[in-house]
Amino acid sequence: MNAEQLEKTFQDKVDAEIRIEPRDWMPEAYRKTLIRQISQHAHSEIVGMLPEGNWITRAPSLRRKVALLAKVQDEAGHGLYLYSAAETLGVERETLIDEYLYGNAKYSSIFNYPTLNWADIGAIGWLVDGAAIMNQVPLCRCSYGPYARAMVRICKEESFHQRQGYEIMLTLCRGSEAQKAMAQDALNRWWWPSLMMFGPHDSDSPHSEQSMKWKIKRLSNDELRQRFVDVTVEQAHFLGIAIPDPDLRWNEERGHYDFGPINWAEFWDVVKGNGPCNRDRIRARRKAHEEGQWVRDAAMAYAEKRKARQTAAEAVASPTPVATYS
Amino acid sequence: MNLEPSHFEYLLRLADNALILGQRQSEWCGHGPVLEQDIALTNIALDQIGQARMLLAYAGKVEGKGRTEDALAFLRDAGEFRNLLLVEQPNEDWGYTILRQFFFDAFNFFLYQELCDSADAELAVIAQKAIKEITYHLRFSSEWVIRLGDGTGLSHRKMQEAVSDLWMYTGEMFLPDAIDEWAKDAGIGPSLQAIHVQWNARVREIFKEATLELPESGWMQQGGKQGIHTEHLGYILADMQFLQRAYPGLEW
Ligand SMILES: [Fe+2]
Ligand SMILES: [Fe+2]
Repeated sequence: MNAEQLEKTFQDKVDAEIRIEPRDWMPEAYRKTLIRQISQHAHSEIVGMLPEGNWITRAPSLRRKVALLAKVQDEAGHGLYLYSAAETLGVERETLIDEYLYGNAKYSSIFNYPTLNWADIGAIGWLVDGAAIMNQVPLCRCSYGPYARAMVRICKEESFHQRQGYEIMLTLCRGSEAQKAMAQDALNRWWWPSLMMFGPHDSDSPHSEQSMKWKIKRLSNDELRQRFVDVTVEQAHFLGIAIPDPDLRWNEERGHYDFGPINWAEFWDVVKGNGPCNRDRIRARRKAHEEGQWVRDAAMAYAEKRKARQTAAEAVASPTPVATYS
Repeated sequence: MNLEPSHFEYLLRLADNALILGQRQSEWCGHGPVLEQDIALTNIALDQIGQARMLLAYAGKVEGKGRTEDALAFLRDAGEFRNLLLVEQPNEDWGYTILRQFFFDAFNFFLYQELCDSADAELAVIAQKAIKEITYHLRFSSEWVIRLGDGTGLSHRKMQEAVSDLWMYTGEMFLPDAIDEWAKDAGIGPSLQAIHVQWNARVREIFKEATLELPESGWMQQGGKQGIHTEHLGYILADMQFLQRAYPGLEW
């Protein structure tokens, strides 16, 4: 088959909702797009451990401490599944990690904001995991098999995180004045960055159209953002805290909430590295990676020694033919 | 239930070891040397905090003053904590963390084996649940001591240094005081001398495989079990108890 035929067979399969698997032929651009998207997603899971990890030692009860630890650990697990999915496309985890620690690879900008009070842990679960679910549920039907399957597992855990975060918010909102103020403060700071998680408007989103055609992406940024706003506004009402947007109101005609303009200048600033925590996050990840070098080296050296000893022991136990003939 | 103050104190020792070591391990979450080990160490932290919760809740019941697991964890000051000095030592690096875990796991494993048959039936039930976890912890930390001890020149040196720094905190585990004697006589806890023999044998075995040298028995620090701690515990509690202290009496 020539390139054109291969391309056509590929697109036909995608159109027929047949999953593309690692051994199947795929266009180079499809492979590259997936590697970029899956690895960015993996880096986001890992960097995302830091803002919440910031409160593990200070969680206000043992029950909350255990839940938070388990949640942050789940995110590490998500990173693992996703790096494995990316590896099926012929890149190594180590290379991908180097690209975000020392190169230009990105991770979700939301994690460049700080966690300043305990309610931030509630707000992250509720809003950030909530937005992640909106984005990720359609990815469970992504055309690339390993990515779609990873997303199925991940989405189950994300919705658990979302409920847990909301429950923290609810407890605070039913608590003392000080606790309610914490919850409001957290919502004020996390609301707009959460809306930015869906990415630029469809009109400014360069990769979107091709990704839709390849069925990597199923819904547009703006559609997903609108869905998120519609469900989250109701949840905020139930909590009794105010969404920090004076333009927010129900639009009877559209059957959706209208909301105010997003500060895209801030979004691009944070993407470029000027968010409140970009430096801290990367420094923390580099530190972990660099200080872990001797540990990884030792594990590797030990594994090699062990293998060598085993081979030597086997050679003694059953002499090789070469040894017999000599 | 037995309202003997020694009983409460004895349970607090077990609970505080689990809690403070779990708190220390949890500092690694998100900062581990490799993703798989980050996850593994967090598992251990989760087990330990889980054990601490059961033990604290039970200790509160034995004390009979209505103190919950959280009241005991968040509203006691350093002098009221009964954990070993070993478990409050800082993480320093992966090698220290692993070695601290190994010294403690080897002790805890033999201790909990005995506690499974404790005359205190409720403690025995907790121990039977915990021993499965502790068996895994000991396997994990033993394997890592071997890997790092017999890994590279650098890892060997780092481990040997950790051994010489942490060794002085191991003696306290086996030094019985009146409460340990009370627990032994009541059939609630084991003889610490017997545990010491088992611990020594296990540490020697693992160190041999790890090509690590055991120090000459030198001066041993003590005091944790009686509430005289190192400077580190105050900082652990400052973090851990911050919210409960700043906003007293609330639900979270
Ligand atoms: Fe996640
Ligand atoms: Fe999550």
